[in-house]
Amino acid sequence: MTLIWLRVALICYAVGLLYALVALTRTSEILGKVALQASYLGMVFHFVSLVEAVVEAGQLTLASVHNSESLLAFLIMVVFMLVYVIYKTTSPGIVVFPLVFLLTFVAATGQQPLVLTPVAVKGWLAAHILMIFTGYAALFLSFGASLLYLLQERALKSKSSTGMFARLPALQVIDDIGYRSLMLGFPFMTLGLVLGSVVAESTYGRVDFLDPKILLSVLMWVVYLIMVYMRLSAGWRGRRAALLASVAFVAAIVAWAANYFSGMHRFIAS
Amino acid sequence: MKFQLIGVNHRTAPVEVRERLAISESSLAEACRKLAEHADVAEGMIVSTCNRVEFLANMKNGSGDLRAFMRDYFAVDMGQFESHLYEFREDEAIRHVFRVASSLDSMVVGEPQILGQIKEAYATARAVGAVRMQLDQLLTRAFAVAKRVRTETAVGSSSVSVASVAVELAEKIFGNLKGKSVYLVGAGKMSELAARHLLAHGAESIFVANRTYDRAIGLAHKFHGQAIEFSRLYDTCERADIVITSTGSPHFIFKREHGEKFLARRKNRPMFFIDIAVPRDVDPEMNKLDGIFVYDIDDLQQAVSSHVADRRKEAEKAEAIVNVEVEKFQARLQTLDVVPTIVSLHDHLETIRQAEIDRVRGRLGAMSPEQELAVEALTRGIINKIMHTPISTLKTAARDQESTTVVELVRRLFNLEDEEKRKAAAKTGGDSGASR
Repeated sequence: MTLIWLRVALICYAVGLLYALVALTRTSEILGKVALQASYLGMVFHFVSLVEAVVEAGQLTLASVHNSESLLAFLIMVVFMLVYVIYKTTSPGIVVFPLVFLLTFVAATGQQPLVLTPVAVKGWLAAHILMIFTGYAALFLSFGASLLYLLQERALKSKSSTGMFARLPALQVIDDIGYRSLMLGFPFMTLGLVLGSVVAESTYGRVDFLDPKILLSVLMWVVYLIMVYMRLSAGWRGRRAALLASVAFVAAIVAWAANYFSGMHRFIAS
Repeated sequence: MKFQLIGVNHRTAPVEVRERLAISESSLAEACRKLAEHADVAEGMIVSTCNRVEFLANMKNGSGDLRAFMRDYFAVDMGQFESHLYEFREDEAIRHVFRVASSLDSMVVGEPQILGQIKEAYATARAVGAVRMQLDQLLTRAFAVAKRVRTETAVGSSSVSVASVAVELAEKIFGNLKGKSVYLVGAGKMSELAARHLLAHGAESIFVANRTYDRAIGLAHKFHGQAIEFSRLYDTCERADIVITSTGSPHFIFKREHGEKFLARRKNRPMFFIDIAVPRDVDPEMNKLDGIFVYDIDDLQQAVSSHVADRRKEAEKAEAIVNVEVEKFQARLQTLDVVPTIVSLHDHLETIRQAEIDRVRGRLGAMSPEQELAVEALTRGIINKIMHTPISTLKTAARDQESTTVVELVRRLFNLEDEEKRKAAAKTGGDSGASR
């Protein structure tokens, strides 16, 4: 059942993906509205799917690839909707929808769980995962905002106010979205990492900093920290901010993928 | 009537060319005087705004060319501008003046500023005596046509001026203008208008810097803003989110290094430069800096081009009005052509009549008042009856192409030319006699 709901959600997100692709060439207000409604619907199905998964297993089974990706996609959508509620703009969707679709697609096509011996994910560990994922989602949105900032900046500089750029929000609004999601994501990411090490300490009695996943996560966190610092002290935005955000984003993807190499995150009892 | 107009505008020449031909407000009067004194020119005036530089003249004869004046005035080879220049003569020149005054030739069709700018140019030329007779008639008529177009068509309504386009762009950069500050560099009318628009859309504080500090104070006072001495411009400019420049400076006031300094002090918060000065005040290099957006007058035009289409229909109506008015004005001008002839004819016959009465008096001796009146009425009646047909023929002929031939004929028949010369000679003779 879980997968069926998720696949229904995937179809809804596909409308969003279509919107993003069309937006690259022309603007369509109707499609934007349809995409938004479809995303609402998709999130409902997505939520049902997530709840069912938890109910079935009696715990958060993030150990399987499709569940964790599904959760991340859902969180990104939550942040996207938050931005929409505050700023009334669907423009970040140009970046958000393709990624959410991809994540949901991977989750919904139901790969075999990588996990050999799932560990009970409860209490502090669940909090660790939720926080890290929220951090990821916010970081991703911040990255998306950086890209939109670059697009809008270029449109303003080249003095052409036609095509897809005509409907982008004001530069400062995009900047605000990027800044706020950065500032929202950072504490979650930090707390999530701290929690992770606490849980690791208590479970395994040590934190293996040489574990590739942990190493990459720390690296990502450092880039994140630099971004926040440069933003606050020198007001970095635009091109330079986008560059940092891309580094953080790549680090995040690699860290995500590092599940495949990480001993600790394969949840093999050592 | 030998009107000639030559010039460049925003469509034929980029700002780089326009700024080289622009004539600053301070030297406009002198330029008008020089134009009117030029060999082939009877009357002349010059319109120099950020979008156009035009020389309008009433020539002494048809063969003259205003390019000769431009070459002398600018002391440059006009060949390099040839591809940008447009030229109108006679009724085409009249039509162009009417169209410009009615804002049909504007960057933003229907924008109201141009009429004021032409009125100012007219006043300047008039003050130095460069506009006297027919040009005066032409301009007065042009103002009336502009008014007619404004009241009878919707061309001027919902006018998208440069100012409102500036607001639109500022909102594209800053989102909400609430709490944003505006810096006026140079206290021109256009920048004042732009500032007013920005304030109406939420901008809060205003700074004004001007080379004449008193003007800065005056303008700052109007907006409850702060006047700043020009020397402190670079130390204070980063306080503003939006900078509107409109000085008459021949060089760039803001260069790339200034922009870098502002950005560092502002922690890279974006800045928007609106450069409505021609020649430009802001180095286009500045636009390459991250976080600084520079729009000059041509860029603003691009931004409004979409709005222009909405008004095409109304503009067509306005063009029709202009066409009718051009015809009317031509007819009137030609009637004016015959007026001196009619006056001379009157004078000529009146002189004869007076001479004949004097001769009769000499022969008959003193007459009674009744007899005086009867002779007066008799002679006047004969002259008026004889004059009636020639004068109405002259007036009718004025409206046709044959006017000059008829006028010539009448002048020759009554020997008016010699008459006028004799009178003029007598007048100067009398003057010199008095001075002796």
